[in-house]
Amino acid sequence: MDILNALVAILNYVVIPATAYGAQLALGALGVTLIYGILRFSNFAHGDTMAIGTAITILFTWMLQSFGISFGPLPTALLALPLGIAATAVLVLATDRAVYRFYRVQRAAPIIFVMASVGVMFVLNGLTRLLIGVDERRFDDGTRFVINAREFREWSGLSEGLALRGTQVLTVVVAVAVVWALFWFLNRTRSGKAMRAYSDNEDLALLSGIDPERVVRLTWIIAAGLATIAGVLYGLDKSFRPFNYFQMLLPIFAAAIVGGLGNPVGAIAGGFIVAFSEVAVTYPWRKVAGYLAPDWQPAGLLQLLGTEYKFAVSFVILIVVLLFRPTGLFRGKSV
Amino acid sequence: MKKLLLATAASALLTGAAGAEEIKLGILFGFTGPLESMSPDMQRGAELAMREVSDSGKLLDGSTVVAVTGDTTCIDAAAATAAAERLITAEGVKGIVGGMCSGETIATLENVALPNGIVMISPSATSPALSTIEDNGLFFRTSPSDARQGEVMADIILEKGIDTVAVTYTNNDYGKGLADSFAAAFAEKGGTVTVNSPHDDGKPDYSAEVAALASAGGDALVVAGYVDQGGSGIVRGALDTGAFDTFVFPDGMIGQALVTNFGAEIDGSFGQNPAAEGEGRDTFIAMAQEAGFDGSGAFAAESYDAAALILLAMAKAGSSDPNVYKDSVMDIANEPGEQILPGQLERALEIIAEGGDVDYVGATSVELVGPGESAGVYREVSFSGGEMEVIGYR
Repeated sequence: MDILNALVAILNYVVIPATAYGAQLALGALGVTLIYGILRFSNFAHGDTMAIGTAITILFTWMLQSFGISFGPLPTALLALPLGIAATAVLVLATDRAVYRFYRVQRAAPIIFVMASVGVMFVLNGLTRLLIGVDERRFDDGTRFVINAREFREWSGLSEGLALRGTQVLTVVVAVAVVWALFWFLNRTRSGKAMRAYSDNEDLALLSGIDPERVVRLTWIIAAGLATIAGVLYGLDKSFRPFNYFQMLLPIFAAAIVGGLGNPVGAIAGGFIVAFSEVAVTYPWRKVAGYLAPDWQPAGLLQLLGTEYKFAVSFVILIVVLLFRPTGLFRGKSV
Repeated sequence: MKKLLLATAASALLTGAAGAEEIKLGILFGFTGPLESMSPDMQRGAELAMREVSDSGKLLDGSTVVAVTGDTTCIDAAAATAAAERLITAEGVKGIVGGMCSGETIATLENVALPNGIVMISPSATSPALSTIEDNGLFFRTSPSDARQGEVMADIILEKGIDTVAVTYTNNDYGKGLADSFAAAFAEKGGTVTVNSPHDDGKPDYSAEVAALASAGGDALVVAGYVDQGGSGIVRGALDTGAFDTFVFPDGMIGQALVTNFGAEIDGSFGQNPAAEGEGRDTFIAMAQEAGFDGSGAFAAESYDAAALILLAMAKAGSSDPNVYKDSVMDIANEPGEQILPGQLERALEIIAEGGDVDYVGATSVELVGPGESAGVYREVSFSGGEMEVIGYR
């Protein structure tokens, strides 16, 4: 019984939250890694692309809700998602036309692209706040729980509750579907192969008749889609506030770099590594230890780091990986 | 040139003769930030008292009172200090109703009000640290210290038969002051605090904090936070994971937003906030309703009283100079004298003009003790059926 209690406690406080968070980070990191692999720069505006994509989706969600349309047990935001992605893609393509293309034509160094993306980040930052304000928004509707903590406790007779939110299941399901679609696209379709060829060697790709502008456009559209999906899932699961998306940039980059920048599989693995470390390192293990070893009653909480230092975990992982394996766990392009 | 000099001299003479002036009072609240939903009602409360005095025409030979607002943001001491600096040096206010949150109030008092010799009466800064701060007699508050709230909260919890609690507080002077005074009082009365840990405001998700609290355990969770900020986030996380079912809410959490956010999910939880009962409060709520705002909003009545105290003290001292009228504040607030309720400020000014004594009771039964802070009456509330109910006063 005690072992079951310990298991449920770990599931409830570590495995479930970390899995959902990891899936959100993985989607964000995929966008970053894709841009790095094909356009060859670190896109600092990715966090704010997520924010503005989510903001647009929230506006569409409100519009649908005002028409009385809902998605049954699923959040209405899922219906608004395609509209949000389309609008964000248009915005991102316009940014590329206005900012990045100029430097691409000049064949500017990657660091110049990075600095330009910092500028774009600030502009998007302001745009998001103009569009929807700085306040916290909750836009999840539909069924909140798949498993309710109180009901689980009554049903199982355990002293620990298990809660599984609808948005957590949704996050993982959507993430798996998106990742599968992305890999299928990159490996099986002509356009996907063109993108990989362009990523491997730009000049050779040009010689074999690949239209570079088309590849760039496709990349931006896919990145915008990934950013919006990641942002909406994160906002549904937690809450939407523009500033938090800006802060997400750090764990997302940590995830992409840990996995190896430019390597999609690495981005996914990196997302889960960062998420699980953040949660496990800041989780106090006293209760679990109490179940497993009832005779041993530690005085402290058995917590490695206070929850205030959650962000520090991403930093530490980032530094360790950069020191010992600069290309990341899955051999991305060197940073 | 001669004409100009003459005109200047004449106008100087004129103003001197009348004796009436335009008195500016600062209203220094967190109009943005974690308590932004409370500020508008507080501002209207303070302005109500100013308008009442101004319209009566009986303050210092018919002086008028004008309110000037400044935004403290509640959490950013630098922004609060800059706002106070502006009110005093650029606008020339003679007194300040504010600050709103404890940390920001300590910063503005030490850095601006004290060096400039300006009276501050805060309606809502409740940190125990403000009781012992060096203030040259310039700082007062119409709310009680949290040292007292800590004791009241400990009593309420123990009376409900709960003797182990976990405590989480917002990571600032208010939260820490309240949590520490509560933990001390609770331990002294025989209860056990399993953990006393901070949470930061403005995070998207508090599952990590909730996990830590759940691991420490306890029959109830005391949330010494802000309802528009992390406080609600913690409650959301605790409800979602089933970590706690019963919550105890001190003053920063009591608000309509709590009911709107959680409804019936927090049934069985309870809390308290400083609020007096009685005729003064009822009168104030009726006056507020007439003026078009909610007088029962947190600290709105305290704001009215803070503004009224400053103005009556000016009348009593016969001067709008803060260094003169600061000594009259305690006289006005306490016995002896005729009791003054909201809406009777004109009457109070008349009594003062005749040389009589007033005992300002106001909307919150003002009784200033010790270093110039309210003795403290708390309203006990509980939640059932998705509604907040007032249980009683203590």
